[in-house]
Amino acid sequence: MSQSVPLRPSDRDGIRRVLIESLSYVAPEADGSSLQPTADIREALDIDSMDFLRYVTKLHALTGIDIPERDYSSVSTLRGAETYLALRLGVT
Amino acid sequence: MLGNVHCSVARDGTFSRMCRIHHDVAGDVVTFRAIEKPDGATNLGVWRAARDSFSWPLARSWLDGLPGDKGLNICHEAVVRHASGPRHDVEAIRFLGKETKRRSFTYAQLEVETARFANALAALQVGRGDVVAALTGRVPELYIAALGALRAGVVFCPLFAAFGPEPIEARMRLSGAKVLVTTLPLYRRKIEPIRTRLQNLKHVIILPEEDGYSLATGCHGWDSLVRGASPRHVISPTPPDTPALLHFTSGTTGTPKGALHVHDAVVMHHMTGRYALDLRDGDVFWCTADPGWVTGTSYGIIAPLTCGATLLVDEAEFDAYRWYETLERERVSVWYTAPTAIRMLMKAGTEPLKGRDLSSLRFCASVGEPLNPEAVIWSQRVLGQPFHDNWWQTETGGIMVANFASMPVRPGSMGRPLPGVEAAIVRRRPDGRLEPIETPGVEGELAFRPGWPSMFRAYVNAPERYTQCFQDGYYLSGDLARRDADGYYWFVGRADDVIKSAGHLIGPFEVESALLEHDAVAEAAVIGKPDPVAGSIVKAFVLLQDGIVPSPALERELLGFARRRLGPAIAPKELAIVPMLPRTKSGKILRRLLKARELGLPEGDLSTLEGGSA
Repeated sequence: MSQSVPLRPSDRDGIRRVLIESLSYVAPEADGSSLQPTADIREALDIDSMDFLRYVTKLHALTGIDIPERDYSSVSTLRGAETYLALRLGVT
Repeated sequence: MLGNVHCSVARDGTFSRMCRIHHDVAGDVVTFRAIEKPDGATNLGVWRAARDSFSWPLARSWLDGLPGDKGLNICHEAVVRHASGPRHDVEAIRFLGKETKRRSFTYAQLEVETARFANALAALQVGRGDVVAALTGRVPELYIAALGALRAGVVFCPLFAAFGPEPIEARMRLSGAKVLVTTLPLYRRKIEPIRTRLQNLKHVIILPEEDGYSLATGCHGWDSLVRGASPRHVISPTPPDTPALLHFTSGTTGTPKGALHVHDAVVMHHMTGRYALDLRDGDVFWCTADPGWVTGTSYGIIAPLTCGATLLVDEAEFDAYRWYETLERERVSVWYTAPTAIRMLMKAGTEPLKGRDLSSLRFCASVGEPLNPEAVIWSQRVLGQPFHDNWWQTETGGIMVANFASMPVRPGSMGRPLPGVEAAIVRRRPDGRLEPIETPGVEGELAFRPGWPSMFRAYVNAPERYTQCFQDGYYLSGDLARRDADGYYWFVGRADDVIKSAGHLIGPFEVESALLEHDAVAEAAVIGKPDPVAGSIVKAFVLLQDGIVPSPALERELLGFARRRLGPAIAPKELAIVPMLPRTKSGKILRRLLKARELGLPEGDLSTLEGGSA
């Protein structure tokens, strides 16, 4: 798809856009705006292990950041993922 | 008991295969005592000898039967008999919650809990012939409901919580379930919208939540219904052919198929638990499958309990770090998982394994789809144990072909038939009759001589589909395979268009039907696209109604539409809008041709194709 070029977001808004884009890639029916920031996306959006892997892969494709297995739990909520990506991208 | 070996390492109580001398952390040799068995250190011993001396009456003699010759009941063999014997205080099930919460039940406690649930069902006027369905994650109540229903002689029908509303409705209607055990969130999302259409459903039992309790109208609370029920229950006579379990599976066409199993299946569960999984007293056994699939019931509930092992249940989904930590901390000795999970572990690399001590692992097995040889070699190198692939399916109810603990693993092969199981590779003769292929290495359909105790006894409401599975004295599995000169079987592919994704069978028709409900869709066809992790993923090809313009946005909308109806386990992961779908002259969509094109393979004989080559 055309969106797979890394965007390397440079601010919080950009990070949020990347997150929503990655989530809607695996769960296009999900309404990102009504998602609780601290909810586990796997439960809130019916994302199984395979889909979670695809979501992480998409995050990587859109940011260029390698997300190792041990950090998966850090990106399993919207807030967690935002904080994690901001830290890794050096966005304040 | 026949086949039990005690090779305990005295210091930490774990078991060690082949009585190897173990070294502890400091490098000291840990002393051990072993009671040697003449036929080796595994339950099976020499495969040929075990097969020669095996008979089903012998396997039945390993179980107790109901006192007073009143038949055979799965819950009696799995729970009740242990609760009144030496395993009374042995830990039967150990639950790991998603966070840090743990719950544990001894055989005696499980006896009481299942008695309560059986009595609660009786109070609801639910009895023999009725069906109790369950739709919940892996929480203790699911296991109590399963065993309690079996205890009451009521058919237990597990559903997978990751199914969407449509697969759930189809299965609930086919099952005719009178009772459903579920959680409030699942009820609200997936049952309440369809409840008026489930005419047989009389009672919904809602499980307690972590933080208190809330109920929907027209539902019972688990606590008020079950906690107050009597802890004493005597199992009514249960003839071995009493219906016990209803598991759904998929075919290429039509609705899902409900395969019905009887209480006699426990003979197979127990025998294969001992021979194919090498289960013994003292084992901590972890089956990662969800009871919503047949593996998660036959081996994720019944078999380990009949063997007196401790069953480990993890409520959480796959996580490489958590899994290795669990294997180490819980001292798992026998592990049964699936190729997709193994490949996800391989993908995670060795980092999550650093510093882990997995020396308690004695035997690792895999099922769901063929395990690639690389995964066997990887596990031997990284876990110190090779994965032993085995083969069976919903209809067979138990493991039929396996790589055994006592034999070297043949990587890529599903192994050899279990004692008591007569397997064959068959082909159709020109006159339409089946004949076995005796020449090694020749591909045909994997088939079995009927007669094993866990063979399904019906597809509910579909007697003609049941009959079609049997011909000329064989049960036809629908899998293509070959047998080598040493009698090992090798999976080749499916004989039909059913998709095996992450170990689950998915019927293309069910997926196509959901897509066709979208206004923009004129036709849909679904194939299994090879995937390095899941084996296959579901890919859909869609032909739009006249005048609808294709776009990436519409593709996403259709994917979301399918996910909302089908749930993540069945919905397509990829979707392509195409200008036409290849059909035969009789109008049948050629899924195989779509697949060949997707893979860039030769398209084969197209003479029956509408309009010739496209």
